[in-house]
Amino acid sequence: MTALAALIRRDIKIALRVGGGALIGVLFFLTVVVLMPFAVGPDLALLTRLGPAILWLGALLASLLTLDRLFMADHEDGSLDLIVMSRTPLELTCAAKALAHWLAAGLPLVIATPVLGLLLNLDATATSAVALTLLAGTPALTFTGMIGAALAVTLHRGGLLLAVLVLPLSIPVLIFGVAASEAAITGPLSFGAPFSILCALSLVSFVVGPFAAAASLRHGLD
Amino acid sequence: MRLTGSGVRCVRGGREVFSGLYFEAASGEALAITGPNGAGKTSLLRLIGGLLTIAGGSISLEGGESELTLPEQIHYLGHRDAIKPALSVSENLWFWRDFLGGEAFDPAEILVVVGLDHAAGLPAAFLSAGQRRRLSIARLLAVRRPVWLLDEPTNALDAAGQTLFAKLMGEHLLRGGLIIAATHTPLGITARELRIGGAS
Repeated sequence: MTALAALIRRDIKIALRVGGGALIGVLFFLTVVVLMPFAVGPDLALLTRLGPAILWLGALLASLLTLDRLFMADHEDGSLDLIVMSRTPLELTCAAKALAHWLAAGLPLVIATPVLGLLLNLDATATSAVALTLLAGTPALTFTGMIGAALAVTLHRGGLLLAVLVLPLSIPVLIFGVAASEAAITGPLSFGAPFSILCALSLVSFVVGPFAAAASLRHGLD
Repeated sequence: MRLTGSGVRCVRGGREVFSGLYFEAASGEALAITGPNGAGKTSLLRLIGGLLTIAGGSISLEGGESELTLPEQIHYLGHRDAIKPALSVSENLWFWRDFLGGEAFDPAEILVVVGLDHAAGLPAAFLSAGQRRRLSIARLLAVRRPVWLLDEPTNALDAAGQTLFAKLMGEHLLRGGLIIAATHTPLGITARELRIGGAS
């Protein structure tokens, strides 16, 4: 347990310091969402209707932006070798790294959502619905994205490959995240059904993600 | 405790690096792996550490802790020093001490031993190459591991650093440890030589 706590503490510390990814993710999220009204035009009704989708897309792209450093940084400086050799099971280590990444890069997105909701003409109910779906859905983005991050390390390709690998995997999360938010805003569907599926997707990713990432890291360390 | 490799074969990228390699090291012994560049010194260390898949033969440790695998009883000091520039010197050391686990020692005292106590609060980004190496060496002392795998350990160390490291290696051997080092320069301790790669 000390080992995992130490790893989570270290990753969060690095993310929050100068050059870390936490702030960059939030700034990117802000930029994407701020750009949308300029692209769509000053039609308030349209913005309200598109609001949840824009916020979700922004969060998806922002979390993707910082994901490719998840294992790459450790790989480049040799830490990953020691992590693989250590006494902590690699699956748990991967889960801990993903958790740290979500705390440092995913949670700030959720916290920023209420402010950005204002820019998209969303009322309090709508904003809290979107924030709630992001809270339930962004862990799934991190934990499935981790598989791509591990593959990017083993294939020695970062950046774009990660996006190509991870974006298709995040389609279900996006569908049910936006569906749940829209259900809360406009109806007529209930909020509960898509939200439950979103939570289920997160839970599945907690199980599948660490195992797939660990398998990929073990197989491909050369 | 005895580390044995028999008929070890290594293949990288479809090309055979070496094969039919036998080696043996017991408690208190050091093995210096020498050979020309590209002979597979680092590959052999990574095979022992479980970081590469062994293509043939076997590597085993007798008399170690039975509940742990071989890599879990190893300290690996590679080319890359596993130091995070954003963290301070002591934060780096504390992390590895807590993460690696096992019998652990006080990082503050270890930093004194390796001569980095004056830089404990400094971000590791500002360390020189030699100081980074000293910090990596501090990791070997932070938790106890019976087997040390060292890849060019004295690179970038000044004369005083090399003497210090030779002393630390000597102490590790006296405690019943075991050292396998890939090196081009003399280690400063008595070590059997294992030469791999063609005659050159």
